[in-house]
Amino acid sequence: MDLSYTAEEDEFRARLREWLGKVLPTLPVKPSPDDWPGRRAYDCGWQRMLYDAGYGHVHWDASPTTRLIFLEETEKAGAPYVGANFVGLLHAGPTLAAEGTAEQRERWLPPVLRGDEVWCQGFSEPDAGSDLAALRTRAWRDGDDYVVSGSKIWTSHAEVADWCELLVRTDADAPKHRGISWLAMPMSAAGITVRPLRTLAGSAEFAEVFLDEVRVPVGNRVGDENDGWRVTMVTLSFERGTAFVGEVVACRRVLGELAVEARRNGRWDDPVLRRQLGRLNAEFRALWRLTQWNVSEAEASGGVPGVGGSVFKLRYSHARQELYDVAADVLGPDSLDLERAWVLDRLSSLSYTIAAGTSQIQQNIVAERILGLPKGR
Amino acid sequence: MRFQLTDDQRALRDAVRGVVGRSSSAGVWGLVAQFPAPLKGAPRLDRGFWRGLGELGVFSLRLAEVDGGAGLGLPEAVLVFEELGWALVPGPLVATHLAAGVVPGAATGETVVAAADGSLVEWLDEADVVLPGAEGAVALRSVDPLTPLHRVPAPARTDPVAVLLTAAEQLGTAARVCGLAVQHARTREQFGQPIGAFQAVKHLCAQSLVRVEVARAAVYAAAVTGDVVDIAAARLLADEAAVRGALDCLQVHGGMGFTWESEVHLHLKRAWVRARRGGGNTESEELLAADLLARAA
Repeated sequence: MDLSYTAEEDEFRARLREWLGKVLPTLPVKPSPDDWPGRRAYDCGWQRMLYDAGYGHVHWDASPTTRLIFLEETEKAGAPYVGANFVGLLHAGPTLAAEGTAEQRERWLPPVLRGDEVWCQGFSEPDAGSDLAALRTRAWRDGDDYVVSGSKIWTSHAEVADWCELLVRTDADAPKHRGISWLAMPMSAAGITVRPLRTLAGSAEFAEVFLDEVRVPVGNRVGDENDGWRVTMVTLSFERGTAFVGEVVACRRVLGELAVEARRNGRWDDPVLRRQLGRLNAEFRALWRLTQWNVSEAEASGGVPGVGGSVFKLRYSHARQELYDVAADVLGPDSLDLERAWVLDRLSSLSYTIAAGTSQIQQNIVAERILGLPKGR
Repeated sequence: MRFQLTDDQRALRDAVRGVVGRSSSAGVWGLVAQFPAPLKGAPRLDRGFWRGLGELGVFSLRLAEVDGGAGLGLPEAVLVFEELGWALVPGPLVATHLAAGVVPGAATGETVVAAADGSLVEWLDEADVVLPGAEGAVALRSVDPLTPLHRVPAPARTDPVAVLLTAAEQLGTAARVCGLAVQHARTREQFGQPIGAFQAVKHLCAQSLVRVEVARAAVYAAAVTGDVVDIAAARLLADEAAVRGALDCLQVHGGMGFTWESEVHLHLKRAWVRARRGGGNTESEELLAADLLARAA
């Protein structure tokens, strides 16, 4: 067991840190959460800067440890989040790299890396929820095209996306996991309507997408027809893998700020609150160590991240909510003021036990796939 | 960074596992059988078994080779104590380990060493040596039938290494009770199917594993860094994993779990005893709170 880094890794960290120190002060002001075109431009501009500096590939090519360092340093320096490029860089991109043809990779991957094209995720449907395979959006063949009709929901960045990684049902008679295909749908196609959805935090974070006989070339299918569920599992394993590294670093920073605020406003004298903060310090230190453990394991096995991601997500999503609950205790009455720091974060933290598979679904995954308990009710 | 067990560390763990009975059905019950009437009087320590632990290197492993040890470090000690915790091995394991090289005979298991830790001393009557002494010790009727306890009036300071090794024992217990719960959930049938098919039971087991994995990362990392704040964090998560895990294991076992015949209660009671070592959770939480301000300054 070793927690030290190699000379090359230390050098990568030092170079990255130096570069961040130089470029971050040159960034424009961050646009407001409701300004989607502004957010797209800002996020893509940042991706372009990373690309030009040689960091554009870091999510794909670099070793897991190098990625860990990248995410740790960018978060510590306060660099922009991956933002509108999230799906392209972390879901669709890796899936295309693993499952796409040479032609598909050449067509779609470079624009993602350069920040030229934005992807969104058309997986969830209004009536399916966590039962992802219960999707009803249908696609049938017409010559060289699929014709797609149905609707998707919780589609982040749909308003400004160029492409959508879309799950469609291509065989309605097959068992529900077997009749699905994975398509790259151009968001400019005729028949697509995007309706933004306002979240409980007040901002329009995602959208509902209606598809009315949208034509998608058959050549845009990734993997075989009706083999989309397997491709989807590849996508989801990326989603649940190392996606939270930067967030754990951010939570540890927030925790330190909370302690300072508590001392400033006198709440630090409350031993119950102080001990809660101490316990959260233990929690996030441990989550960081678990991240390092998982990254080392991924590096040793040299493959796609495994179901261990579910263990991490279960614990992290609850810890994040606890963190902002304690923040509310530190703030007191100000915790009801949306202008105060941490109040919006508290609201948005509520999505963590729901998004990307609810905690209940994740517990089923852990129980059945890791512990070997029988499937059932 | 390669935060995974090395081949040598795996081999060490497996060797200890073989000896303390983790892989054999004797396991816990072999040890418990040495105390046939746990409610009547204090248990005796099996000196032969204690010397066996000494031969295995449990007490001497961190001593230099010239002093008769194996010259290993905290990570190896943590792996060994995790196994001891898993197998519910009784005795003043941590105190004797820490006395190796200081008290003659401790390293080999010839001498049994007890120590005051906070306000409690474990195995006082069976010990040959007590550190730093136990003036005014009063016997308690211990909740754990396999850990006799005395209370001392003046609380003693705790060595962070003792806290870390205790956390490792708790981790072993957490892994053991998770395994027992899963095993029972897989085999016990009710309403025509294994109870593990029911989500309510499934989720108890899943949360138990999540606590084990989080605690494991914290304990192993603390062993690598040896940092007191890391150790405090490790102990909080390991205590939680052991105590909550044992309680959930008991719940999964249902009525059977509430009987003396089921071993679940022994794991729970040991976890409770260990959770009082090193000043308890309050001390660790305060240390971690202070660390937040120290880092922000």
